[in-house]
Amino acid sequence: MAVSTVPVSTVPKRRSSALQTLGLGLFWVLIVVILLYVLFPFYWAIKTSLTSSADLPQTALSFFPPKPTLENYVTVFTTPSFLYSLRNSLVVAVGTVLISLVLASLSSYALGKFRFRGKTALMYIILGVSVFPQIAVLGGMYTTIQTLNLYNKPGGLVLSYMIFTLPFTVWVLTSFVREIPTELEEAALVDGATPLQTLFKVLLPVMMPALATTGLLAFINAWNEYLFALTYTSDDAARTVPVAIASFGGGSQHESPFALIMAASVVVTIPLIILVLVFQRNIVSGLTAGAVKG
Amino acid sequence: MAISTGSVSRPRRRAGIETTRARTAMWLLLPTVIVLALVAGYPLLRTIYLSFTDAPLNSNSGPTTFIGFDNYLFKGEDGTWTGLLVDPVWWTAVWNTVKFSVVSVVLETLLGLMFAMVINSKIKGRGLLRTAILVPWAIPTVVSAQMWAWMYQDNLGVISQWGRSLGLLEAGQSFLSKTDTALWALVAVDVWKTAPFMALLLLAGLQGIPADMYEAAEVDGASKLRQFFRLTLPLLTPALLVALVFRTLDALRVFDMPFVVKQYAQETMTMSIYARQNLIDFGTLGYGSAVSLLIFLIIMVFTVIYVTSLRVRFD
Repeated sequence: MAVSTVPVSTVPKRRSSALQTLGLGLFWVLIVVILLYVLFPFYWAIKTSLTSSADLPQTALSFFPPKPTLENYVTVFTTPSFLYSLRNSLVVAVGTVLISLVLASLSSYALGKFRFRGKTALMYIILGVSVFPQIAVLGGMYTTIQTLNLYNKPGGLVLSYMIFTLPFTVWVLTSFVREIPTELEEAALVDGATPLQTLFKVLLPVMMPALATTGLLAFINAWNEYLFALTYTSDDAARTVPVAIASFGGGSQHESPFALIMAASVVVTIPLIILVLVFQRNIVSGLTAGAVKG
Repeated sequence: MAISTGSVSRPRRRAGIETTRARTAMWLLLPTVIVLALVAGYPLLRTIYLSFTDAPLNSNSGPTTFIGFDNYLFKGEDGTWTGLLVDPVWWTAVWNTVKFSVVSVVLETLLGLMFAMVINSKIKGRGLLRTAILVPWAIPTVVSAQMWAWMYQDNLGVISQWGRSLGLLEAGQSFLSKTDTALWALVAVDVWKTAPFMALLLLAGLQGIPADMYEAAEVDGASKLRQFFRLTLPLLTPALLVALVFRTLDALRVFDMPFVVKQYAQETMTMSIYARQNLIDFGTLGYGSAVSLLIFLIIMVFTVIYVTSLRVRFD
């Protein structure tokens, strides 16, 4: 009896630990599969960008670049229209971030700390604008931009980008301002500070983390925008990186110089990836704040 | 007297402060309101107006006349109906968009949930995984479209090569160039790009579930599977719904990725692509505005349903 009970009681235990090891192994396989899935397309782009255009037809399917070369990167950085597009994108994205942060700081102070009639209605309108399909204003805005003489100018893109950066920035900053203790503001008002002084000298320093997060997300959105950039620009004077990359090589799909396109793609993506990795905590919190709050 | 003036003047002073505060708030909001009116309000009103006209994009090409609902539906002299509502290409675009949105959002949710649960488990390497899944999200949409267009390329694309070795494709064919698989090839790109975003939203929801609830379930002898369906899923539902709605709104508006990869090809034409083709390429601002307005209404109906059913709170 005693002899027979020993195996009976140990077998399930051994099986469960074997199962656990198996489970852990499967788990690691799963992690590796996810990593491969998520990173492979980017790896493939880097690999292609390191292959010379002449060799590409022969070596397109090999998993490593047989003769790594930087010639595509040299070509990309000596193509004037690509350099112009980098400059335009930088101007547009920085301009969009600065203007939307200034406007949103002012209005989030009003929405977060003041009581007035029509506030809820205004919040509804701002939320409504944030889900506006860009296509709904594409035609109407075309005439506005032409009337203001902003067609094919970075200013025209900055103005049009307000439709998606401003509502988001106002939302997130408002929910942040609301959490700032009212005592801080009252103390400043008692000391005789004007509302603008209160905002810039007292509240803004406290708001820095939220400003950084929303500014970063606005930058990424402006840097990546395509539909307006495609429609409201016509040449190197205002064309941004996404438009340049989408139209790289121009002609038919078969003749598209993919090695060059991949090099340009890697060039414009690396700064974004670094930015995202450095600020990943801010970005995750900003995304979830934006999604949960509206 | 003194008492009555006191009681009269105090409310008046308080009202004065309230009025001043309200006026200050108005000045603070003014720049934002002006900009939003300029980029959203006015263009939207203009789109509504233009949708009832035959306006051309280039104002030099002719005068604009008011034509009522003719852009939407119009009975010709020979008794045939024309207009947006009977345009087969529009309905193809609608159907494509719906198929694209439903399938990609469902797949993104399932995949995102899996990513989120793996990252949320107490295993080594999850930090690395969380960082890695941010990469597809960080890549600009146009860039990721080009990257996938290259992998889908007819002869040299690596995915076409896999398709050939699996016997799914013939030489010179790709999932993108075959009309019956093109839309699904684009769904794959969208899923790859946005499942990580979904995972981040769901991860926040998962981390909000207190650990002692799992301990209690463990003590009660609930299996992992049971814990998932009875504990994780119900508690995750709010986060799941919000993420689902956001992704659906995005998917219904999709333009960039299918346009960069397939331009105006009908098998992958979405509502937004159809609108832009009419607005800009065909230069029919009036008809294109009718399309835009219809898209706007579809999105708004969806949003209203969402706001009311989820009871989004504002204050």
